[in-house]
This record gives sequence, C-alpha cells and structure tokens, in this order.
Amino acid sequence: MMQPVSQPVSGDPLLRVENLVVEYPVGNKTVHAVSGVSLDIARGETLGLVGESGCGKSTLGRAVMQLRRPVSGKVLFDGKDLTAMQGDTLRRMRRRVQLIFQDPIASLNPRRRIGDIIAEPLVIAGVKDAKKREQLVHDVLAAVGLDPQLVIGRLPHEFSGGQCQRICIARALVLNPEFIICDEPVSALDVSIRAQILNLLEEMKARYGLTLLFIAHDLAVVKAVSDRVAVMYLGRLCEVGPSEQLFAQPAHPYTALLIEAIPVPDPDVRPAESVAVGEPPSPIAPPSGCRFRTRCPRADQRCSDEMPELREVAPAQFAACHHPLIGAA
Amino acid sequence: MTGPALLSVEDVSVNLPTPRGNLRAVDRVDLSVGAGRTLGIVGESGCGKTMLSRAILQLLPKKAMLSGRVMFDGQDLVRLDRERLRKLRGRSLAVVFQDPMTSLNPVLTIGTQLIETLQEHLELDGVAAKMRSIELLAAVGIPAPEQRLMQYPHQLSGGMRQRVAIAIALSCEPKLLIADEPTTALDVTIQAQILDLLAREQRRRHMAMIIITHDLGVVAGRTDEVAVMYAGRVVERAPTPDLFKRMRMPYTEALLAAIPKIDAKPHTPLPAISGRPPDPTRPLKGCSFSPRCRYAWAQCQIEKPPLADADSPGHQYACFRPLNTAVGAPA
Ligand SMILES: Nc1ncnc2c1ncn2[C@@H]1O[C@H](COP(=O)(O)OP(=O)(O)OP(=O)(O)O)[C@@H](O)[C@H]1O
Ligand SMILES: Nc1ncnc2c1ncn2[C@@H]1O[C@H](COP(=O)(O)OP(=O)(O)O)[C@@H](O)[C@H]1O
Ligand code: SF4
Ligand code: SF4
Ligand SMILES: [Mg+2]
Ligand SMILES: [Mg+2]
Repeated sequence: MMQPVSQPVSGDPLLRVENLVVEYPVGNKTVHAVSGVSLDIARGETLGLVGESGCGKSTLGRAVMQLRRPVSGKVLFDGKDLTAMQGDTLRRMRRRVQLIFQDPIASLNPRRRIGDIIAEPLVIAGVKDAKKREQLVHDVLAAVGLDPQLVIGRLPHEFSGGQCQRICIARALVLNPEFIICDEPVSALDVSIRAQILNLLEEMKARYGLTLLFIAHDLAVVKAVSDRVAVMYLGRLCEVGPSEQLFAQPAHPYTALLIEAIPVPDPDVRPAESVAVGEPPSPIAPPSGCRFRTRCPRADQRCSDEMPELREVAPAQFAACHHPLIGAA
Repeated sequence: MTGPALLSVEDVSVNLPTPRGNLRAVDRVDLSVGAGRTLGIVGESGCGKTMLSRAILQLLPKKAMLSGRVMFDGQDLVRLDRERLRKLRGRSLAVVFQDPMTSLNPVLTIGTQLIETLQEHLELDGVAAKMRSIELLAAVGIPAPEQRLMQYPHQLSGGMRQRVAIAIALSCEPKLLIADEPTTALDVTIQAQILDLLAREQRRRHMAMIIITHDLGVVAGRTDEVAVMYAGRVVERAPTPDLFKRMRMPYTEALLAAIPKIDAKPHTPLPAISGRPPDPTRPLKGCSFSPRCRYAWAQCQIEKPPLADADSPGHQYACFRPLNTAVGAPA
C-alpha cells in the first residue's frame, strides 16, 4: 500500500519519509498514532505540518529522529535510512538533526546555567577545547538576539517564555545542524512574543542554511513560515501542497474545515457557524476507509469502504480524498 | 452601550504582596456589561485579565487587596457577605476557566457534579435534576449524554471537558457568564465549536457574557464591546466595530499587526512588538507601553496618559499620541 511520495519543490530531498507507521501499545490495545505517512522535504525548504491535537504530529517528528522507533517504514536523511542505524552511527547522524519543543521552559534543565545548557551538545559531540566551546556559545546566543554576557551565568527560571525559546533555539543551532524539527515552537507564547520568535526562526534559517519541519496547529502561523504545508488527520496525511495554493484552493474537506475555523481579526468577517462538527475519533479504533469520514460533509459509502490514497489534484498539490473540492473526482 | 448595566466594575484595583514587593495586577479599571451583551477583554499573558475576573467573582487569592466597587444587579459584590456571594456565584454569576479541570472535580462523575449543582441551587428533585442534566449535556453538543453522566472528567477529551464545564456553568441560568480564555487550550476546530456554543446559549438566555482572551481574532466577530488591557490597565475600550476601524491605541494596533494573517504571503516578516511588558512589581512612571511603543515621545516617559474619550461614542483610549489624530502618528 505504498502511497505516492509528494514531490518537493526542487532537488533531491534532504529528508524522505516512506510509509512510516508508529504505534503505541496501551494495555492490550494499540494507538495508531502514525499510519503510513510519506513525505519529502527538499534542502532549504520549510515544510509546515498541521493538524488537531493528537493527530500524530509530534509522534511523526519523534519518529523521524528515531526517538520513537517506527513499527515500519523508512526515514531517509540525506539518502541514508535512520531506521536501520544504531548506536554511534545514529548519534552522529542525529547531530545534523535537532528538535525544538513547545514548552521552552520545561525543556531547559532548571538547575543548570544557560551557558552550560548551550555548551552541553558541544561537550557530547566531543568539542574538547573549552575556549572554542565558549566562543561558539557566545556566537549562537548573540545570533538569537540575547546578550551573552548577561545570559550565560543565569538559570532558566530567570527568563520569560519567549527568552527561554530563544535559548532553546540557540541550543539547537550550536552544533550547526542541517535540519531542525520545530514542534509547536510558538504555541505557548503570547501573540507579541510569537511574532518575534517566528521572525527569528526565519532569520536563523537563512543564516544557517537550514531545512525545517515546522509543526503547529495554527494554520496562519504555519503559513507565515512554510513553503509547503502538509495536513494531517488521525495518523494520516490528508493533503500536501505549496502554502499559498493550499490555502487558496484546498482540495481536502478537512483542510477546508481547518481554514474556515480560523478566527479572523476583522469584525466584518462573521465566523462561520459550526463549521467543525464533532471531535476526532479515537486513534485506538480509527474509522475504516477514510479516517475523516465521521466528520466529513461529503462522506458517502465509498469513503467507509475504501481508503483514499494521496494523488495529485493540482500541480504539486496532493490530496487523499475520493471527492476532493478541486480537480477531477 | 444600550440599557442599564447588569455589571459595572468601578475603579477596581488589585494589589498582591510578593517577595519582590507590591504587585499591582489590576490598576483602576472601569468596565460594564448589559444584559444580553458580550464584552471581550483582550491582552497579553500577565496583563491582569484573570485577576480582574477573579476580582469580579470575589475569588481573589487571600493575600490580595481589592479596592473599588463591583456592582452586579444592584448590589456591590465587594461588600456582600460570604453566604450570599456563594449563592450568587452558583446561580446568577457563572464562570468557565481556561483549564476545565479547575471547575470540574476529578473524583466525581459528570452526572454527580451536574445533578448536585442543580439540586443545590434550583432545588430540583433527583429525577428532575437528572433529566435537566441530560438536556444540558445535549445542548452543549455532547453525544450520548445519558452515558456521559457516568463518566469521570479524565475520560473525556479537552473539548468535551470544556463543554461539560460550560453545561455546569449554564445549568442555573446565570445572568452573567465570565469565560476566562475558554478555548486557549483547544484546537481551532474545537475552539470554533465552543465559541459558537457560548454565543448560541447567550442569545437564547439573554445572558451577559465576558470573554477573556489574548486573541483579537476571537473577539472580532463575537463581541459587542472590547476592552484592551496592558500592564493591569484598560488602555482602550470601544464598541467592537469601532475598535477595529478606528483604533487609537498604538498597543492595540501593534497587537493586531503581530498576528500572522492567513491571507499574507509566506515568509513575510511579521511586525513584532519588541521587548516585553514591564515587570508588574516595578510599575513605570509614564505610559507602561512606552519602552515598546514606536510612537513614544518624551512626555510618554514622564506622565501616565489618562483614559480619555475619543470622538466616537463609547470609545476611550489612554495615549498621548492616538493614531489618526493631529498629534498622533498616521496608522
Ligand atoms: N507515549 C505514548 N503512549 C501512548 N499513546 C501515546 C503516547 N504518545 C502519544 N500517544 C498518542 O498518540 C497519538 C498521537 O500523539 P501525538 O503526541 O503525536 O499528537 P500531536 O499531533 O503531536 O498532538 P498535539 O497537538 O496535542 O501535540 C495520540 O492519540 C496520543 O494520545
Ligand atoms: N496568586 C498570585 N500571587 C501573586 N501574583 C499573582 C498571582 N496570580 C497572578 N499574579 C500576577 O498578577 C498579574 C496578573 O496576572 P493574571 O491576572 O493571571 O494575568 P492574565 O490572566 O492576564 O494572564 C501577573 O503579573 C501575575 O504574575
Ligand atoms: S474520502 Fe470521503 S470522507 Fe474522506 S475526506 Fe474525502 S469525501 Fe470526505
Ligand atoms: S502614550 Fe506614548 S508611549 Fe504610550 S502608547 Fe501613546 S504614544 Fe505610545
Ligand atoms: Mg504534539
Ligand atoms: Mg489568565
């Protein structure tokens, strides 16, 4: 049941995920957190990943890093399959991939000074020269807009959420990675600070030549930074496409629903009444056929009988739906 | 504002003693809401939204010092005795918090919690209370409500829990509902459903409602009036359409500009607000927003701008250089 792999913008992909399956056992049942996801991310690209809470976004991110081993499928980073790697080989590859989390304060060790927190990846990576480590820590702190002198000696609790996220970004950048998975990096931040961090991520991406997987549940946030966007629902990809195109002409009913639900800061735009019916079903017993069918206004018999595969509905836009909103059905 | 106010908050301040000194969480706030109307209170985290709602409900931390008056339905809640307050809070004055677990008891079933509330405040018998509970759960969009009565809060999703918290809040037909970031912890699709639910129930019951949020997008289409708070103060207040069309406060403008817009092109740099709000234990002498304000001039550092009337009715702002005026900068 190989799904067609969506095409990246250009060049050979830095990351290719093939038919990835990740499950969690709970008691004698299984949570089907990620069920056959395939995607490509080109070098220098930002791929946004959106979907409701519990749909498997973080699980996918963690499985890419092999923090959670997938049940099946491949994760090809720069052409090499991470799922087949162990021990030192995997550790060396991992240095090139970093993760930034949603809760910046919780992801910093409260008892360690900022200077040590940021130097830690360098120590682990075997940078023995203390002077060199110090220099790298200084450079990266300055790059994320913090004053190294004022920051290195202090503890995480002395910083606000936005500043802690800057520190986390510095820690992720210090090893000069190629690829960063940002798992809801601004969800816990206020509107004003959120804009600062999003701008910073964009700047760092340009400066360090990064490729990003940007996970969030806020579509406007995702659109602000992504070249392409992938929409996930209950462990599967619904739709992938270039950001502007996907928002202008969504093909999958779920993408359309997500777009309609966004609150618009304009009093003349009346919120659509109850666009979103019900809640996602349990990933322990996902619906047969199309997983979205229990909430989909277009669902019919075929949708419960047959699982829709991702297929191209417009140039570079792929949707997994029997009755897409655009393109021939 | 039409009709007499059901709630009017008059010159309310909340001070909290902390190890770092006095913290002024709410600073001389005046607000009001009429029956059937919705007021939105918007501001960044820590600006005093929750403390203000707790001051209205008389649910402040013990050490907090409250001054001013909270007139609700003709009586000053600040001066009401505890027993009358407790009755009022169950019946006429209801609240929904950001985290539904704040208002739900984890060791009791949904049914027990609803039925007990109804029995206590409406003096219904067991059977009637149960019937009513089922109706309420159905009204807030919970499928198979009879079965849900037997479930515990942890067996429900975040969205479901918030629906139950709303059902409990609505159970005694309150005159005023305060919803403190009711959807901040929820997904957009669930957020839209919960906001619709609140709006529908409000219309049906002709209830007054206060929606507290940090998201201007949430208040835009769903409130009659908006108050923007910054560092404990109301810095702008206006009928919702007027606020968005003729905003006067540089802070409101900056807050709106910083929101990523769905129709903007990818990779457009966002107009972020630099810095962060002042430390509430170290209040500034001048305008609290001055260190971050792009229009600030000398006077802003020296004096606090008073909340003054704009030329459109019901619109007030606290700024020396209001947008779109002769002294202000063009918006
Ligand atoms: N360690 C675990 N054990 C069991 N189930 C888990 C575990 N981690 C995640 N899950 C389940 O797997 C599914 C996917 O979870 P995941 O955290 O990947 O979702 P998400 O899309 O990142 O959600 P959110 O937006 O809330 O962060 C959910 O149903 C979740 O409850
Ligand atoms: N129990 C408390 N004791 C001391 N300070 C508090 C307490 N609760 C809140 N504060 C402080 O009061 C201010 C306003 O807080 P709050 O009303 O919770 O803000 P908001 O709801 O707008 O995020 C903040 O500076 C906060 O740190
Ligand atoms: S396959 Fe059917 S149920 Fe699924 S999204 Fe398309 S129309 Fe809806
Ligand atoms: S009073 Fe001055 S500093 Fe304050 S918002 Fe107005 S222009 Fe800006
Ligand atoms: Mg997650
Ligand atoms: Mg609050």
